[in-house]
Amino acid sequence: MASEGMNAFWENIKTLPRTFRQAVFRHDAPTSDRTRSQAVFANFFLHIHSARVHPHSLKLTTTWGLGVSLIAQFVILSVTGILLMVYYKPSVDMAYTSMKDIHYVVPTGRFIRNIHRWAAHLMVITVILHMARVFFTSAYKSPREFNWLIGMILFVLTLALSFTGYLLPWDQLAYWAITIGANIAASPNELVHALGLPTAFNVGDIQKELLLGASTVGQDALIRFYMLHVMLLPIALTMLAGVHIWRIRKDGGLARPEGTPLPMGKGVGTEIPTYQNPQTATSKTYGLMCLVRDKSPQTDVNPDETAPSWPYLLRAELLVFMVTMLVCVLLGMLFDAPLTEPANPNVPENPAKAPWYFLGLQEMVSYSAFVGGIVIPSIAILGLILIPFLDREDERKGIWFSSSRGKRIAALSVWVGALCAAACVAFPVTFGWLRNWFPSIPQIIIIAVNPGSILTVLYMAWSLYILYTSQSTRLSAIALFTCFLVGFVILTYVGTYLRGPNWNFYWSQSQWPAH
Amino acid sequence: MPDRLAPRPLPRRDWLGLAGFWSAGLAILGSIAGMAQLPKPRVTPEASSKVRIGNPSEFMPGSEKILSQNNLRVVSTSQGIAAMSLACTHLGCIVQPSQDGYICPCHGSEFDPNGNVTGGPAPRPLKWIQVSQAADGELIVDMAVEVQAGQFYQIV
Repeated sequence: MASEGMNAFWENIKTLPRTFRQAVFRHDAPTSDRTRSQAVFANFFLHIHSARVHPHSLKLTTTWGLGVSLIAQFVILSVTGILLMVYYKPSVDMAYTSMKDIHYVVPTGRFIRNIHRWAAHLMVITVILHMARVFFTSAYKSPREFNWLIGMILFVLTLALSFTGYLLPWDQLAYWAITIGANIAASPNELVHALGLPTAFNVGDIQKELLLGASTVGQDALIRFYMLHVMLLPIALTMLAGVHIWRIRKDGGLARPEGTPLPMGKGVGTEIPTYQNPQTATSKTYGLMCLVRDKSPQTDVNPDETAPSWPYLLRAELLVFMVTMLVCVLLGMLFDAPLTEPANPNVPENPAKAPWYFLGLQEMVSYSAFVGGIVIPSIAILGLILIPFLDREDERKGIWFSSSRGKRIAALSVWVGALCAAACVAFPVTFGWLRNWFPSIPQIIIIAVNPGSILTVLYMAWSLYILYTSQSTRLSAIALFTCFLVGFVILTYVGTYLRGPNWNFYWSQSQWPAH
Repeated sequence: MPDRLAPRPLPRRDWLGLAGFWSAGLAILGSIAGMAQLPKPRVTPEASSKVRIGNPSEFMPGSEKILSQNNLRVVSTSQGIAAMSLACTHLGCIVQPSQDGYICPCHGSEFDPNGNVTGGPAPRPLKWIQVSQAADGELIVDMAVEVQAGQFYQIV
């Protein structure tokens, strides 16, 4: 008896590696497409993928890998961010010196901070490109309207994450960017004052106080921005990104035209699939999915038009991840993240510039804080959210610019958008604006009629003109979205390179006056 | 068949279920409302807004001083003493003296020497701030109290 027990024990030890592996993975290493698909289905981390994917979704030109790249950037940001938290101290007395320690003392500290910085900038660029890709390929169309809305929230969260990270080094750049940001939050007061309402209507004060925890930028503001940056916003972003990706799966994968022919010999579809009627297909029952009408969880899609996610999709994702990593590492090795002088509440930088992705806003804010900083951004975000609800035209999805006509309208809108934006910057620079001509003009007119609001009206008028002439909401949406993108690029360029001390216009930085 | 005119009475179990549902909902809403109060401080945890700026003898009539530590400009005339904040009313940058008044480095708002807007996006003049005297005669500026432009404090 004793030896039998010993034998079993001995046997268990010998098979320990195999039984342990089976306890973790529940199946052997997959050897065929079928077992690989089962592995995707059975694995928590891979399960976010569908087991099979349409070859059209794998084409580089469908997505340019932007969504996966965003996830890669967010992972890189989370890892480097946690590493930075090891040394960073969120206190006005210690924040700046802890940044210096990270930069000069901590092993690989500078490198990790640089990567964190570059991945953050890359994420802002990629999220805009991703939004443009989704828009121009009509991937926001029914049933994906709500996912487009979640995407817009993710866009705002990305900007908020970047901006809240900005205060943390507690240098001059940070201090004045946050001072300006907090006062933009308080800018509805501008309207209250211009209308002559009592100060009880100053909702801006409440917003500013909630943001800063005080009436000026100080320790309480630093802690609040830190908490937003490392806790609240990343958690919100993670959850919404989860919903975003899950919804893509539930909507049948990436948007694509109906009946796309299979691309041959491009690394996808090693076997030529033969059409199989789903009704008669064997061994394809999804008992779990009794909610689904057909036999396949992807309703109305013949499963045999698809390629297995493992290896094709996983391999593509790994490639995008590695390229993203490579770009971040290279940028981090070549360019250091800046650290200016310690924060000085008595002398602002001249010019005090926001991070680049807000310089377009800063250009509009320099005409009116309330309209440029709150009204126009809200209109832009609301307009973008509403696009899929207003443009419900039923047309082929997954095609860039929908048609050759769409391409023409987009190209034309690039010119219209660029000319309008350039004119709205050039006019006040050359001729001045209302206050220069009528010094005693009421403030309410300055608030309402300024180059920023005129630009917004011009873009809306152009999109309505396209709607009227083409009778197509999709073409009108293309016109508006293209103008929005081009305007953003132009204003950002102006704010970055053409604005100098006192926010004056200079053709190049070499013309800036010495100060 | 129940209809609009003769509705079927609500079964007791349904009533209990609905009551449970709504009380849970109200409890959640109530706790959210309670928690939402936390981020708004009742007292701002800063130093007092009152700043001592020195004895009246340091501000002779006809002189003006810029106290950069407090971002203030103090003017002394025969009418008395007045203080003007140098924080731009547009977005809170500190304005710098220029040839004809003050100019903001961030967005180019321009002000005349009395703080009136002469150009740029600033929505209103620079704030004039209350000046008073402590019991020992030293001048006190209360950064939180705004007064009418052109209002001077008579030294006692």
